[in-house]
Amino acid sequence: MSERSIQHNASAALVQAGNLTLREVRALMRQPFYIAVTLVQPMVWLLLFGQLFKRVVEIPGFGGGSYIGFMTPGIVVMTALFASAWTGMGLIDDMERGVMNRLLVSPTKRGAILTGKLAHIAVSLAVQALIVVLVGVALGARYDGGVIGVLMTIVAAVLLAIGFGSFSCTVALLVRQRESLIAVAQFFTLPLSFLSSALVAESVAPGWIRSVARFNPVDWAVSVSRGALSADPDWGDVLAHCGYLVIMAGVLAWLATRAFTAYRRSV
Amino acid sequence: MKTYAGKVRALAGISFTVETGTIFGLLGPNGAGKSTTVKILTTLSRPDSGSAEVAGIDVLQQPDQVRRLIGYVSQKPQFDPEATARENLHLQGRLYGVPHRELRSRSQALLDHFGLGKVASRQARGYSGGMQRKLDVALGLIHRPKVLFLDEPTTGLDPEARASMWSEISRLAADEDVTILLTTHYLDEADQLASQLAIIDHGRLVAQGSPNDLKSELRGDAIQVELTQAGVDDHVRTTLVRLGGVREIVVEGTTVRARVDHGASAVPGVLAALESAGVAVTSVTISRPSLDDVYLRYAGRPFGDDSHHQAQASATTEMEVPGE
Repeated sequence: MSERSIQHNASAALVQAGNLTLREVRALMRQPFYIAVTLVQPMVWLLLFGQLFKRVVEIPGFGGGSYIGFMTPGIVVMTALFASAWTGMGLIDDMERGVMNRLLVSPTKRGAILTGKLAHIAVSLAVQALIVVLVGVALGARYDGGVIGVLMTIVAAVLLAIGFGSFSCTVALLVRQRESLIAVAQFFTLPLSFLSSALVAESVAPGWIRSVARFNPVDWAVSVSRGALSADPDWGDVLAHCGYLVIMAGVLAWLATRAFTAYRRSV
Repeated sequence: MKTYAGKVRALAGISFTVETGTIFGLLGPNGAGKSTTVKILTTLSRPDSGSAEVAGIDVLQQPDQVRRLIGYVSQKPQFDPEATARENLHLQGRLYGVPHRELRSRSQALLDHFGLGKVASRQARGYSGGMQRKLDVALGLIHRPKVLFLDEPTTGLDPEARASMWSEISRLAADEDVTILLTTHYLDEADQLASQLAIIDHGRLVAQGSPNDLKSELRGDAIQVELTQAGVDDHVRTTLVRLGGVREIVVEGTTVRARVDHGASAVPGVLAALESAGVAVTSVTISRPSLDDVYLRYAGRPFGDDSHHQAQASATTEMEVPGE
């Protein structure tokens, strides 16, 4: 293939992915009730968990400070995790209807189809992450990390969402059933959240949870966010965890493309 | 040839040619290989062996080129219910790389053609079944394909919407200069729309021709005579055989079925012969051979509810599907 036709193919794929993303965003914007609930949910978490665990910071070894300030990065990451778990639903809808076959019969690049789904979840999570941080600040959280810290929080949320969204797509392409996808999503979301430092400081968690958390992408994302938002970020640690997230997202996205290939063979 | 997991051979060598600008119907019962044929020709599935061509282009070697030439309307609804008709068409056009200005005019023309102009800015989920199906067909046409695959386009539509869809489809072939391959559940649909059709059974092509040719191959009209009394089987059969020109005589109780070359002119002779033989008749029915008869003859069983039809069209040359 000549260099020019490769360029042409790449730009066609980008235009297609962009238009497919737009399709998802537009469908989302037409569901104000859904948007309202997804925005209110993290706020409820902030208020509820904020009250419930308010005095947890007084536990020796937790490190003091305000719990809202501690918890907000955790809620951002949990929001990304829970929202991206449903990414595969859109694929199942498309497969059940003739939409997927219509795309496969068209010259749409295969990569653009998955990219559209993932780009949509990335965009909506970036917006949501920003909103949750602002709500946290409104409730009294203070961040010395400033704008850079907030940007890194959004990056962490988006990377986790792309990774877990890819995983959700992989499951959807393999099982092709709503109920199964819901079961798998629910199986992973809560344990991954609680096997991390999202809500409780690592220092007060049992040793085995600390060991597991070290391999948990949810914990990596929380570390990036909390680290970057702190007064004196350990950039080495923040960037290392960011790197883990990039690798995780890359591997899971690659697995999703493999599952897509398997799906296409079975059509 | 296409073998699915479990080693079921779906197709065993099917080849047909379709004239540009015509509608080709492909019939056959469930599992006959029609859907597999369409999936291979539209690049959705790859055959395990053999070759397939659409409009002279190899489906396996150059799927991307074939995709630009064909439109596909699947059995399942393929529009996005959350988007409006116009948004659906615009997205589809952009996926095909239709230039911006052309896309706008083309979308508007299709919306007008299919009577969707008034609802074009409403979400498609609220449309009637007939309108949704028309949007599906419009989606298949946005990029001016040379060959359009219509997979059971009227299944599930009410009679009125079906009639309206029929007239749209027959206009399409002429107006859009597109070759249409049609699959359908309905024999009358194939009879009405297709100028050529093929019957597939067990993955093999068993008959091919125009609906009229296929029907005339059955040689003659069916006549059905109702008698006043039963139990005269042999007597009736002997009488009719002696008359000559009456074939495939079947007597069941008081019903006599037979086939004659020309129904209208054969009936007076049949009635006279029966009367002089002392057999009293209550009624006579003559029917032209229908596609049901054709189907029964070639597929070896009556056309049931579980059967499908399919039609295929290729623009210029041959569409060849998996040989062995």
